[in-house]
Amino acid sequence: MELSGIAAYLVSFLTFVGIYAILALGLNMQWGFTGQFNIGIAGFFAVGAYASAILTVPDSPWHVGGFGAPFLVGIVGAMVVSGLFGLLIGWITARLRTDYLAIATIGIAETLRLIIANETWLTHGVRGMTNIERPFAGFFEALGLSSAVGMLIVVAACLVAVYFLVERARQAPWGRVLRAIRDNEIAAEAVGKNVGRFRLEAFVVGSAIMGLGGALYAHYFGFLSPEAFLPLYGTFLVWVMLIAGGSGNNKGALLGAALIWSIWSGSEFLMSATLPDAWSGQAGPLRVILIGVLLQVILIARPQGLLPEQAPKTVPFGKAGERS
Amino acid sequence: MSLLAATDLHGGYEGADILKGASLRMEGGEIVVIVGPNGAGKSTLMKAIFGLLRIRQGQILYKGEDITHAKPEQMVRRGVAYVPQERNVFPSLTVQENLEMGAFLLDEDLRPRLEMVYALFPKLRDRHRQPAGLMSGGERQMVAMGRALMMEPQLLMLDEPTAGLSPRLIDDTFDRIQEIQALGIGVLMVEQNAKQALSIAHRGYVLATGANRYEDTGPNLLANREVAELFLGG
Amino acid sequence: MELLVDLLQLSIYGIVLGSILTLGAIGVSMIFGILRFAHFAHGDLMTVGAYVGFSFLALTGLPVWWALPAGMVGAAATALLVDRIVYQRIRRTQPVILLISSFGMALILRSVVQLIWGPQVYSYSSDIQRPWRIGDITIIPNHVWILLAAVLIVAALHLFLTRTRMGKAMRAMSDNMDLALVTGIPAERVIMLTWLLGGALAAGAGVLLGMDSRLTPTMGWNILLPVFAAAILGGIGRPYGAIAGGMIIGLAMEISTLFIEPSYKPAVAFVIMVAVLIVRPQGIFKGTL
Repeated sequence: MELSGIAAYLVSFLTFVGIYAILALGLNMQWGFTGQFNIGIAGFFAVGAYASAILTVPDSPWHVGGFGAPFLVGIVGAMVVSGLFGLLIGWITARLRTDYLAIATIGIAETLRLIIANETWLTHGVRGMTNIERPFAGFFEALGLSSAVGMLIVVAACLVAVYFLVERARQAPWGRVLRAIRDNEIAAEAVGKNVGRFRLEAFVVGSAIMGLGGALYAHYFGFLSPEAFLPLYGTFLVWVMLIAGGSGNNKGALLGAALIWSIWSGSEFLMSATLPDAWSGQAGPLRVILIGVLLQVILIARPQGLLPEQAPKTVPFGKAGERS
Repeated sequence: MSLLAATDLHGGYEGADILKGASLRMEGGEIVVIVGPNGAGKSTLMKAIFGLLRIRQGQILYKGEDITHAKPEQMVRRGVAYVPQERNVFPSLTVQENLEMGAFLLDEDLRPRLEMVYALFPKLRDRHRQPAGLMSGGERQMVAMGRALMMEPQLLMLDEPTAGLSPRLIDDTFDRIQEIQALGIGVLMVEQNAKQALSIAHRGYVLATGANRYEDTGPNLLANREVAELFLGG
Repeated sequence: MELLVDLLQLSIYGIVLGSILTLGAIGVSMIFGILRFAHFAHGDLMTVGAYVGFSFLALTGLPVWWALPAGMVGAAATALLVDRIVYQRIRRTQPVILLISSFGMALILRSVVQLIWGPQVYSYSSDIQRPWRIGDITIIPNHVWILLAAVLIVAALHLFLTRTRMGKAMRAMSDNMDLALVTGIPAERVIMLTWLLGGALAAGAGVLLGMDSRLTPTMGWNILLPVFAAAILGGIGRPYGAIAGGMIIGLAMEISTLFIEPSYKPAVAFVIMVAVLIVRPQGIFKGTL
């Protein structure tokens, strides 16, 4: 491969890592900090992607929108709409066990996928949306940078911003309350914390972060179709990243995103290089099995992940008194 | 040889010992009562004996055999039965199914055993097809005790069998416990109705902060002024 | 009048779909009752059952209905194997960890199906059935057999749960795990049996679904949401409630096609489920919340 080819690949690789890292940080807010189970990440991801796309693309005869709004409006809109979806789902399931939240989130993700595929007036259906532009292309061109490199810079900036936001939240009293709720809900309630409200806040913030990830994906890829939001890419990989990196630890989320994306994209090269031609059609399922088995091995052998959670000193709620 | 002998038990839940040197001994066919203030570790002691908690230090002998780290299933096989205080029936199972579960480990015709339990609790015979969850508190306690008796144990452990019952049902329950003892079964129980329980007990233990405070015969404990003032409510 | 005919016709489809959902939902409910987690690989277990049944037919040339027992054996063995290799090792931690694991297992099972059988679509039988006509209503013979098979499977399960020692022990454990432990019921054996039965029921649903339409690697995953909806509606942890839940969801999904695009059928199940979660989260029959 030529040097420029390698460089281009590296840029694309890092952009994907960045987007996935943002998703993993969003999930960490929900699962890692609060113990809320979202396996409909793909749904929030899709909402963000389509929201930003509809807001920013130029007028199109095929679907609604074409507002031609600037990029920043697009990503803010994406976060707001995803956050609202999070609010809705979180509100419905707030009082219920986390299993119900899991089922509800996968329900919303699958339903959204149906809507995206069927409501052509909104999303142009399976034919997808095109002409989604990369941000600040003119500006980066003036600097002598390609739009792909510019995109990488924007993704990196967003990632840094999100990271500092969630890291700050983790250390703040708010984050400590969340962990206290996760670890001992009854005790947290006993000291007068409004458990449902804290949970909902974390869920909404996490959903909005996922929406941001979706918006960045839309602008990077330039094309959206329902295929991109299958549970495998949108949800499963993000979960494996967070679990592998260490849930509850924001650095772990970053590490997990880089590591799992390396394995996932590396496995593509490996399989195309080693599998006989007759087997080339099997590479897809084999890669999924590889990542799936990896997840199970981590869950069995190192459930705390590579970088386990290191909680700052927790608020001394005390343990719930045991009855004799 | 004693039926049960627990010596200097330390242990409890993760991280914190509730028992701090509790000991207990009982002979076959005795009624032994454990009383004491809330949080003294009474129920914990019983759970520890039955293998439901981790014992960090100390030893438990049952008929001379070391059962310190035996699991509940092994305890049941050896002839020890345990009735928890709360949630002590299978609510969606019928009364008879509840009793059958008590003898799950036996592969034999259960009818003679069911007859034994029905003879002790005639009301259960009338209601044997009713789901246990639909019964009153007193009836559920009968189902729970009946379930425990299905293995024909030599030691029956009851955790607050009269909790939440009306005075008439409390009397009734203590009568049944004496009938069970008359069958030659040793009964070990934790009780809040300490005076009434001690009055039918052969011996009693007063537990405080996870260790023995007093041990004596039932009548002697009842007569002990210090015990009466501190633990039996005057 | 035409509407009434449509309604009746769709109700027949609804009952057929409902009986398939019921078999899946009973398994989900039983597993939840005993192991306390929503088993996300259940849909893909259905797929495994359907494909094993298909291969059995291809290898032996036996009549189509043999797919049912063969698929049940295959999926039951798969479920038990997955439990022994994976779930059993992480059972001690929180039940939600099992949920993550089962989500991964769903993708593994589906990929294994793709690996073995490829992405193409199969059918159990290429014969075209001549439908029966009763007035304006048409009944496809297969639909009658599907319903009959589902009724037989549920009846057999009912007998097992109410007449046998192990069946009663399963209900007891689902009722009260702690009491089952102190009673001496061997938890591990009951759990293994739960996986065997859950897997067999999933295969029952998968094979019947395959008979109703065709076999694809995503057939089970696509029906997972309605299956969960049925289990929640019936009260999760309550196998008998799952029958009512399955029928209601099945009927609602089919009848909804009178008003909205058929491709939204799974969304109908989802909307009903959300409504139940808001109004009566314990389900119609008070499940173990």
